[in-house]
Amino acid sequence: TACLVMYLFAEFDDAANLLAANPDATTISIDEPAELPKNQHSRLQEPGREEDDELLGTDDSDKTELLAGQKKSAPFWTFEYYQTFFDVDTYQVLDRIKGSVFPVPGKNFVRLYIRSNPDLYGPFWICATLVFTIAVSGNLSNFFIHLGKPAYRYVPEFRKVSIAATTIYAYAWLIPLALWGFLMWRNSKVMNIVSYSFLEIVCVYGYSLFIYIPTAVLWIIPQQVVRWLLMVFSLCLSGSVLVMTFWPAVRDDNRRIAVATVATILLLHALLAVGCLAYFFDAPELDMPAPIIPAHNSTSKVLLEQH
Amino acid sequence: FAGLADVSVAQDIPVEGEITVPVGSHSPDEDYSTLDEPVKDTIMRDLKAVGKKFVHVMYPRKSSALLRDWDLWGPLVLCVSLALMLQGGSADSKDDGGPQFAEVFVIIWFGAVVITLNSKLLGGTISFFQSLCVLGYCVMPLTVAMLVCRLVLLAGAGTVSFIIRLIVVGAMFAWSTLASTAFLADSQPPNRKALVVYPIFLFYFVISWMILTFTPQ
Repeated sequence: TACLVMYLFAEFDDAANLLAANPDATTISIDEPAELPKNQHSRLQEPGREEDDELLGTDDSDKTELLAGQKKSAPFWTFEYYQTFFDVDTYQVLDRIKGSVFPVPGKNFVRLYIRSNPDLYGPFWICATLVFTIAVSGNLSNFFIHLGKPAYRYVPEFRKVSIAATTIYAYAWLIPLALWGFLMWRNSKVMNIVSYSFLEIVCVYGYSLFIYIPTAVLWIIPQQVVRWLLMVFSLCLSGSVLVMTFWPAVRDDNRRIAVATVATILLLHALLAVGCLAYFFDAPELDMPAPIIPAHNSTSKVLLEQH
Repeated sequence: FAGLADVSVAQDIPVEGEITVPVGSHSPDEDYSTLDEPVKDTIMRDLKAVGKKFVHVMYPRKSSALLRDWDLWGPLVLCVSLALMLQGGSADSKDDGGPQFAEVFVIIWFGAVVITLNSKLLGGTISFFQSLCVLGYCVMPLTVAMLVCRLVLLAGAGTVSFIIRLIVVGAMFAWSTLASTAFLADSQPPNRKALVVYPIFLFYFVISWMILTFTPQ
């Protein structure tokens, strides 16, 4: 109950701060959160109140989820229903991408950027770009690695595009589905403050995959050390976005389950990165001495047949 | 008819009713009926419409002819010819080769449908088939590039031929993207233009990549 009282005071305080800072904020009632413009970061909290900030964030997102429900009022078989998922402008998409690449410590991606307006444009096209980037970069990198070998003939490896598409779209849509189901189930058992809608989870996952696009391009560099460094770097960035989003959602649960959930999220994310690197990009050859020129014609025929 | 002798129509009772003859019931049939014309006229009219659209793609100006009278003949012909020309590239195993006919077909048509849906969901005012028509016709520069690539590959497959192919495909890719953007950009809300143009860029990039990486047997 002391915590509950603290929430209410904190919200009251925060609303007063917001009112002082934004005299022309759209809603100033105690019941509803003040509607900040979408591209404005709220920097009104002091560092000591970070915990309240997170809790406030959860309160906000809980209520904004209600608002989100009110917004999408068209029946699901009409075209207008789906148009509400594409209600973003160019600068909003760019802001969200920027927020996923430069995660601000302590700030929740969903609360800061999505703010009850989850979009499907970002997740879908980021996944599509990633699919083709990985396929093309993998093909290019294999070409450069094997260039100069006597028995190598270039192949476009077009099958890999379908495999990449299946993998990435399954990751970006099925894992959020499983996670959303899991959070709903835990929410029914433990009274969580935070609950995300399915689309918000899809949004976070979609935008968190953006960092892999430049990483995949840089993976063309045929040095194993460089590739692993890049992978660890991008894993840290996108993993931190995911962790900062989902930690407030499971924090109030049983400690073990909370840690296990976050660990699973990170593990699956790492698995995707490692799998893509291993499958689409051939290992660069170590600096070995050139293979001995075969003396027999039969040996060279064997070499050619192997490809 | 003795009883009828004294039946008369009074002069002051107005005759009511409609006895209108529909005006022009014959002339529209005579002017617009295409049932009686020779088959050559019918075919030539459609061919001329398709040809005019090709010319519009060659010199992209903001004209509404491409949008207003959409047709999908041109895109079909272009898609089939591109898919046919991409055949014959091979590798030793089917898994490593270039795209098959069905894959090219599906990529082009499914890609065009997805881009059209995307632009409509973002609030565009263009109709579904108009957008398909524009995206399909703007594949023409890339089909020309494929033709040029095959001819260049007949002469040899070395570095020089690769550089030529790269330049040609790159130029045609830019032409396709600019042409389709010129037709489609106006129907989008102004603060979402980049969101609509990017998928078109990706679409033509993928087709260009398939053309550039074509290696003959």
